[in-house]
Amino acid sequence: MGQWWIAARSVAVLYPTLFPGVRSLVSPIPSPSAGKLIKPAATAPELLRNFCIIAHIDHGKSTLADRMLQLTGVVEQRAMRAQYLDRMDIERERGITIKSQAVRMPWATVDEDGTEHPFALNMIDTPGHVDFTYEVSRSLAACEGAVLLVDAAQGIEAQTLANLYLAMDNELEIIPVLNKIDLPAAQPEKYAEEIAGLVGVEPSEVLKVSGKTGQGVAELLDRIVEVVPAPVGNADAPSRAMIFDSVYDTFRGVVTYVRVVDGSLNPRERISMMSTKATHELLEIGVISPEPIPTEGLGVGEVGYLITGVKDVRQSKVGDTVTTMHHGATEPLAGYSDPKPMVFSGLYPIDGSDYPALRDALDKLKLNDAALNYEPETSVALGFGFRVGFLGLLHLEIIRERLDREFGLALISTAPNVIYDVVMEDNTEINVTNPSEFPGGKIREVREPVVRATILAPSEFIGAIMELCQSRRGDLLGMDYLSADRVEMRYTLPLAEIVFDFFDQLKSKTRGYASLDYEPSGEQVADLVKVDILLQGEQVDAFSAIVHKEKAYAYGVMMTAKLKDLIPRQQFEVPIQAAIGSRVIARETIRAIRKDVLAKCYGGDISRKRKLLEKQKEGKKRMKTIGRVDVPQEAFIAALSSEQSSKDAKDAKKK
Amino acid sequence: MSPALPDGDTVPGGGPLDGWTADYDRQRGFSVYVHVPFCKVRCGYCDFNTYTATELGGGASQAAYAQTAALEIDLAARQLDQAAVPSRAVQSVFFGGGTPTMLPATDLAVILSRVQQAWSLEAGAEVTTEANPDSVDQRYLETLATAGFTRISFGMQSAVPHVLTTLERTHDPARIPQVVEWAKQAGLAVSLDLIYGTPGESLDDWRRSVDVALSTRVDHISAYALVVEDGTKLATQVRRGMVEMPNADDQADKYELADQAFSEAGLHWYEISNWAREIDGKPAACQHNLAYWRGDDWWGIGPGAHSYLAAGYFEDEAAHAVGIDNEVTSTTTQAHGVRWWNVKHPRSYAAKLESAASPAAGREFLTQEQATLERVMLGIRLSEGMTISDLPDPNPAVIAGFVARGLIDGRAALTGTLKLTLRGRLLADALITELMGL
Ligand SMILES: Nc1nc2c(ncn2[C@@H]2O[C@H](COP(=O)(O)OP(=O)(O)O)[C@@H](O)[C@H]2O)c(=O)[nH]1
Ligand SMILES: C[S@@+](CC[C@H](N)C(=O)[O-])C[C@H]1O[C@@H](n2cnc3c(N)ncnc32)[C@H](O)[C@@H]1O
Ligand code: SF4
Ligand SMILES: [Mg+2]
Repeated sequence: MGQWWIAARSVAVLYPTLFPGVRSLVSPIPSPSAGKLIKPAATAPELLRNFCIIAHIDHGKSTLADRMLQLTGVVEQRAMRAQYLDRMDIERERGITIKSQAVRMPWATVDEDGTEHPFALNMIDTPGHVDFTYEVSRSLAACEGAVLLVDAAQGIEAQTLANLYLAMDNELEIIPVLNKIDLPAAQPEKYAEEIAGLVGVEPSEVLKVSGKTGQGVAELLDRIVEVVPAPVGNADAPSRAMIFDSVYDTFRGVVTYVRVVDGSLNPRERISMMSTKATHELLEIGVISPEPIPTEGLGVGEVGYLITGVKDVRQSKVGDTVTTMHHGATEPLAGYSDPKPMVFSGLYPIDGSDYPALRDALDKLKLNDAALNYEPETSVALGFGFRVGFLGLLHLEIIRERLDREFGLALISTAPNVIYDVVMEDNTEINVTNPSEFPGGKIREVREPVVRATILAPSEFIGAIMELCQSRRGDLLGMDYLSADRVEMRYTLPLAEIVFDFFDQLKSKTRGYASLDYEPSGEQVADLVKVDILLQGEQVDAFSAIVHKEKAYAYGVMMTAKLKDLIPRQQFEVPIQAAIGSRVIARETIRAIRKDVLAKCYGGDISRKRKLLEKQKEGKKRMKTIGRVDVPQEAFIAALSSEQSSKDAKDAKKK
Repeated sequence: MSPALPDGDTVPGGGPLDGWTADYDRQRGFSVYVHVPFCKVRCGYCDFNTYTATELGGGASQAAYAQTAALEIDLAARQLDQAAVPSRAVQSVFFGGGTPTMLPATDLAVILSRVQQAWSLEAGAEVTTEANPDSVDQRYLETLATAGFTRISFGMQSAVPHVLTTLERTHDPARIPQVVEWAKQAGLAVSLDLIYGTPGESLDDWRRSVDVALSTRVDHISAYALVVEDGTKLATQVRRGMVEMPNADDQADKYELADQAFSEAGLHWYEISNWAREIDGKPAACQHNLAYWRGDDWWGIGPGAHSYLAAGYFEDEAAHAVGIDNEVTSTTTQAHGVRWWNVKHPRSYAAKLESAASPAAGREFLTQEQATLERVMLGIRLSEGMTISDLPDPNPAVIAGFVARGLIDGRAALTGTLKLTLRGRLLADALITELMGL
């Protein structure tokens, strides 16, 4: 242990030159003697502060975290890369934090009489997007306080509200902070008022910082020490620690992040996972600062990591309670639930021989992502693939991108759909995760998942938003003015409507000003039907969709027209039909090709022509045959490409 | 601008037949093609290997062309001898372009007599030249006939002024009946080339062109669907939206219209784009083109010209190995044909020949599959059809499918011949793909 003390001291010396005039304190980093008081496994809970930062995407959470790492001397300036905590490549590129991490940082406040008070701060970086709400809520449960970070040029956005709601629900102490005050466009006064109203403080109490210049960050750390309650737990009770994150590491296996609530965890103890009763050897225990450092253990209120040698994150589930095998706890901590997939899509390799590679890749991703669900599936049109369940659209997009980038797999993914409960006349219930499984026969009712959506936008767009939500079968729950010209609208919407290009529409109808957040809120009965697409009378399973009765016709017309453009003409006429059961609701016809011959073929043309024919053979491989109809792979991709919805996911994480 | 030469093997110093030994008897016909790469202007749709005087920076290579071509003819005769290709009299000569008639008629005569000297002509050999209607007069045509030419093919393309304008053709359509008449008087067989499906050409426009062509009472007509070739001015115009892309359905309509009109006038199809009248019980088909389609031997003289010889053996250079005593050994490999092509530009072509080098730029030896594919791809275009049992591994279900879909003649199929119907002619490429399992 202890490497980081050395680093800390050397930065402490540098400190005044790093951020001149930021805080008139001699050294905010504990001296060696004070440091002894905050050794891991030997820190009194009163000296611990566990906090997280909640913010809308791009409001500067990662940048602020970086400044904190520097200020507390945990990371040396030259070792600093932007957004130190966002570890995965995709995160770095997309600037989003998928996996939360926890870092222990030393900090000291000094009384007027010069007495030094050392503290150990645990900063828990939470994922920002709604798809990861469950993980956010677990991260929050590991804290006593939350920094509510708001971009001083943007104001509050929907995700800020969603996360703030969760933080308040967890009874966290909220520290409202405006970020990016260095920006010329910043309007700190205006937004201080907005936040103050929301959190119930005076506007003057809202801190103002810049993650970019470091201004106000030291004061923020002081405020954290001052107002975030120290953890309370029973040191003598049987040990209980909550898993708030679980990450697969190629070299070390699964790394589990925990917050100790009661008792303590010690190296080389056998531990037990309370949900599964599985026991594991504790191979290593430590804190992250910001690299893993093994410690003598973790005590009440402390946050750190465990390594047990398990290879699969499913054996170390977020939300589960860790206890010791001997004299373990009997009551788990509240809050564990299995993450439920909300959005499904079929993933098929373009090259059928990649199927085993796809399976291996999913298995690997699963090691690190307990929320990823998949089952083998066969499509008449697309061959062998998997039906994959995701937490949401962003999750889908990230997985697809990782499969492409890290595993080099070229995939077709079917349009995303949600899960439906179909109740038959005889009261049997069928769970439909793939439209082609939608039953025929007598159906009593169909239930679909709904979400509670919060939309924030300038008030001039109220009309446009209402119109959109209405067309998506939304129910307005309520509307509040955040300020004179900004409004919060709450809706119940079918998830299926959001999955299909909703965010795109919202953005375009509000010139990009609206932000959206949503969370699952149960099911509703709806008038839903399955629309099938038939090519020359043959149903193409990949194109079936479950849609609201009133939209079935529009879907049929859209899809048949799209396919008409995408499928090349054949030697015979090809009818394309959209049908509900046996009732055809839309029809297009691809007329038969009449001419496919080169007019001239003389001496100098022969080689060229032969080579063209030889090339056709390769093109053939990229065709799928439905009945007698040759459909090029590209047509499937284009027809299925959830261009809209994948763009949604991309945009959603930007705003 | 003309289509790029194919990818092939490099040609060894000894020329395209270096290491080649022919393996067949003198039964197989032998033809000569002479490419004349000059035009007065370049038509917007054309991607042939041809150059205007401006492009060549003066008419020098044009004036010397007959001499240069003669050098290649001599070289060809020597190389065929060396490769033990049985010497045969030439069955047909075809002068194509470009515009062969850009050269003085006497230059064409010089080249023809050189061919005659090198190999001699079969009795009744067909000697054709292509011509632009505005590039010849009565005297020119008489000179050709006297020199031994037997046939002429005029690029008429259309009888409709606005179509000719779109095609950037410079000739006056009224000249067509005139030149046909002169050619006939000189004793030449006459053919007309037509193009259909030009953007802006109505069905009536096309009917008019067909009627005008037939009114000249020629014995042979070629009609081609306009192809927008890469790299042409037409392709640029289409890409920029200035000219509409020719429509395949429209071209199919026009093909059917032409086929009906030609047949009614006594000209019957003998190849997908060629119709001929029967004279003395035998169609006035172009013997030279039939040679290509039947897989005879032919030597192409001139820049960018292709040549082809059927079966033989070649020394496999790649398989050359250096033995223990530094002895070079080589293996001999059977090939199902050899094809090569000359350098494209007239200047590099002349430069090669002036330094006694072969103008060949690349060659390919055909594998059995390639040779078979070529045989089917060419043979299927002919009305005489192909013998089904000659096909590689003919699949009865596929053949039956063609009959069922009306692509081939059912009666002919029963007697063992694969012969395209009208519908089948228009879908010939799809049919080849299916037949060959491509
Ligand atoms: N001008 C300015 N830009 C900032 C500040 N903090 C963050 N940014 C920029 O805002 C963008 C988003 O920051 P990031 O930390 O990734 O936000 P996150 O999505 O909340 O983690 C990045 O381009 C940062 O460089 C700040 O205080 N001032
Ligand atoms: C070598 S070219 C022409 C000979 C002569 N220079 C002329 O233009 O009349 C032979 C024939 O090919 C046809 N042709 C040329 N380019 C074509 C194209 N892009 N599409 C269809 N036919 C074409 C024309 O009918 C032309 O007459
Ligand atoms: S005259 Fe004939 S060869 Fe010359 S450019 Fe025109 S079409 Fe091509
Ligand atoms: Mg971030």
